[in-house]
Amino acid sequence: MPLLEVRSATVKFGGNIALSEVSLVAEPGQVTGLIGPNGAGKTTMFNVISGLQALTSGQVFLDGQDVSRASPTKRARLGLARTFQRLELFTMLSVRDNVRVAADIYRGWSGVKTDPATRVDEILGRVGLSEVADMRVTAVPTGQARLVELARALACAPRVLLLDEPAAGQDDTETERFAGLLRELAGDGVAVVLVEHDVHLVVGVCDVINVLDFGRVLAVGTPEQIQADPAVREAYLGVMVEPS
Amino acid sequence: MDKFLVFTIVGLSTAAIYAIIASGLVVTYTTTGIFNFAHGATGMLAAFTYWQFTVKFGWSVWLSVVLVLLVLAPLFGMLLDRVIMRGLEGTSEATKLVVSISLLVAMIGLAQWIWEPGKARTVKPFFVGQKIDFGVTTITYHQAITIGVAVLVAIVLRLLLFSTRMGVAMRSVVDDRGLARLNGARTGVVSQFSWAFGTSLAALGGILIVSSAGLSAPVLSLLIVNAYAAAVFGRLRSLPMTFLGAIIIGCADGYLSGYLPAGNPYLPGLRLAAPVILLFIALLAMPNKQLRSHVRTREYFPAPSRRGIVMFTSLVFAFGMVLATTLSKPDLSTYAKIFAVGVVALSLVPLVGFAGQISLCQLSFAGIGAIVMAHLGEGGNPMGLVWAVVICALVGALVALPALRLSGIYLALATAAFAVVLDRWIFNLPNFRLGPVDISLFDQGSVAVKPLQVFGVKLGDPRSQMVVVVVLFVLVALFVMILHRSAFGRRLLAIRDSEAACATFGLNLLWARLSVFMLSAAIAGLGGAVYATQLSAITPTNFDFFSGLPIFMMVVVGGAGYVGGALFAGVGLQGFLPVIVKLWPSFAKFQTITPGLIGISLGKQPSGAAPQFSEGFAELRDDPPVLATMLVGFAGAWALRLAGIYQGWGMVVVMGAVFVGAAIAARSRASKRVPAESEGGDLSVEVPLEWVGVTVPWTAERLADVDRHLNLEEFAADVDEVSGGTREAIHAAP
Repeated sequence: MPLLEVRSATVKFGGNIALSEVSLVAEPGQVTGLIGPNGAGKTTMFNVISGLQALTSGQVFLDGQDVSRASPTKRARLGLARTFQRLELFTMLSVRDNVRVAADIYRGWSGVKTDPATRVDEILGRVGLSEVADMRVTAVPTGQARLVELARALACAPRVLLLDEPAAGQDDTETERFAGLLRELAGDGVAVVLVEHDVHLVVGVCDVINVLDFGRVLAVGTPEQIQADPAVREAYLGVMVEPS
Repeated sequence: MDKFLVFTIVGLSTAAIYAIIASGLVVTYTTTGIFNFAHGATGMLAAFTYWQFTVKFGWSVWLSVVLVLLVLAPLFGMLLDRVIMRGLEGTSEATKLVVSISLLVAMIGLAQWIWEPGKARTVKPFFVGQKIDFGVTTITYHQAITIGVAVLVAIVLRLLLFSTRMGVAMRSVVDDRGLARLNGARTGVVSQFSWAFGTSLAALGGILIVSSAGLSAPVLSLLIVNAYAAAVFGRLRSLPMTFLGAIIIGCADGYLSGYLPAGNPYLPGLRLAAPVILLFIALLAMPNKQLRSHVRTREYFPAPSRRGIVMFTSLVFAFGMVLATTLSKPDLSTYAKIFAVGVVALSLVPLVGFAGQISLCQLSFAGIGAIVMAHLGEGGNPMGLVWAVVICALVGALVALPALRLSGIYLALATAAFAVVLDRWIFNLPNFRLGPVDISLFDQGSVAVKPLQVFGVKLGDPRSQMVVVVVLFVLVALFVMILHRSAFGRRLLAIRDSEAACATFGLNLLWARLSVFMLSAAIAGLGGAVYATQLSAITPTNFDFFSGLPIFMMVVVGGAGYVGGALFAGVGLQGFLPVIVKLWPSFAKFQTITPGLIGISLGKQPSGAAPQFSEGFAELRDDPPVLATMLVGFAGAWALRLAGIYQGWGMVVVMGAVFVGAAIAARSRASKRVPAESEGGDLSVEVPLEWVGVTVPWTAERLADVDRHLNLEEFAADVDEVSGGTREAIHAAP
């Protein structure tokens, strides 16, 4: 049983079909990639999984439990956490307090009584934000702001982690470091789902890649299979790196 | 059957007026995005102007109607658009709300200034006494005209929106303002037209309703709140549904006036409250909103530092003590209200400032607290305060549970509806039994409240009452500031920015919102209870909807996220205005307009005035020696006053001189210190690289730091070898 399973998710906005019969699984210990051109439905998919967007039809399972109608709060308490592509930071707070809010909320419902302050420091160190911890969150550059989103998600000790373009705005060194962090998280047994435009990062770090186009699944497979897939190559028109 | 027909006609003519007013509201809301709380008040001003023309000047009805509806009202609408509303584009919903509420308060003030209240003024209906006889029933000309005009308005609106160029432009602006602009729609002209047209509709409604409702500024402005209910039936967008809503509300009103059993003391208020109850129901039927995400607002409320908390509480306490020891007895009773109203204002800080929710019924909670104190705090028993807190928290929960699904403008309307239901109905009820509990309210008039009595000491004289409220205000302010720094406070600030993100961390949003609403109601109830002990006799008018609006406005203007904002509201409404009136009695007439005018200016500075005050005194605040000297000076001035060296304003003058002196000293000391710091070369000051040159000046150290981050050492060194000056030139170029 996969930790996260989406079965033929369909979402319609009026006459527009944002997702059509999209299925996806994410296993613990793996990084699952979700790629596709702009408007392919990647963020809608994340909204469906986290419960911010209602399904027109289809199902979402978390750890074998049908959560298709559960609230975002309920899903979070089952171990689902996410980041947002359009940042949802708490603008009045510092970097540290942003993470602290999530850690306090987690402490409230999880019963894990570890001192949240210590946990926050630990997480900030892990994602590399210790130096900017006391700056107001709106003052840090975008690349680091995305890491704040990640740190907040980690503060909820997730079993399934949805990352929506977490590496946008990072330079090469940062991205490399970030890839290491993702592998580490997967190593801890987290099921990571990654939406990302940086093809090098996706190919380098993912175990399985799902390709979406116009709200449909175009292909699923290992990075090697995906890179060799003619339909994918066509959709991306040579944007994909050559298989080495 | 006869009776039924009569009241159907009465109901339909009322419905017609509501429909006219509500459709004006919908037109401006959809095309400009501003829900105009002052829409009804515009109609009220039009009705007064009409009275002025026809009765006072004796002009003909036709001339007056044409002047008001086709000349003055459209001009006034355009003026509103130009001067006030245009500047609100892109501001938060709360700011828009405060501005339009301020406008409402200012208009009522204006009307009461020009047309002194209390004088009998009547406006005759059109074609007085003339009726059409249908055999089974009759219909007056006025009713027929009203209904006919509403039908005409419906037809005109339909033609306007679907068959004219302007109408098409208006509908395109509704869909997407930016896109409409790109396609050549002149959105400025459209919004100007909408305001002109909407204002005319409000004026039309005002003139039609005034003969039956009577000329009273608050009554007319509030009666028209009923029209909001009709607009909400149409979800503020659909005109046909708005007309349907108007018919339901108008007919309900007609039938209730015909069929409510007479002689029952509990029911007359129900008729007045019915439209608002329908509004509440319509709001509850609204679909669940999506979780709010990604709110971009310009407000910023950082948590106070420990030092800030100590300074604020001790300064306010000292200020209160100076007042308590120097003011005369009548003055003490007047100015103690600063702090009582201040506590009610504090209730808005966690709710509006931290959590970003809107409540227009805080003074109603205060009223409930006052009632509780009157009945359960017998003989000034402080347990009355505790009961006030507990009961208000529970009532707060009762209001919040259905209302909290709503947000922004709808939450504002729901809380306003609650306040108006209390005003019109509940607060005027005689005593009743609810199961085993006897419930007494205002005893249909006024209720006496005894001053507090603690451990057998009666705190009845004005001086000890002053001390009591000051202490209470300081304690509640302290609590709110500690809350700001606590986990709960951070959580509220987080909800304000993104409910969606909070939900994905597993937060139970309903409970979080509910708890802050209860907390806020409890604080308001406490404020109301202690306010009641000062007033010594309370009536429903002390706590009505309109009296609550200036408090809400002033807190937002002062800075809704700061306890200083609440103090600003208290001092502004109960301190500053009375002082001005005392010094210049002729100012009394402006008194009611001033808060409105202050609120209208909010768009410029959405974080409020408190941070500006704090910033303005930053030099003084950060200079302990000067600050200490100033405080010693204040204490000295106070001591001299207590010793009787001078009287009256002498102390204020001396303190003012000490303050100005200290401010000048601090500034000159600060300017001496500045050169050393403004270098910006000190790399220990953490600044993101892209902000170098913006938040700190370029210096050699900063340049080297940037080079290091960009791995430019070698390049930079090369350039240096060629020419020492080039490197700066390269960096300075962009």
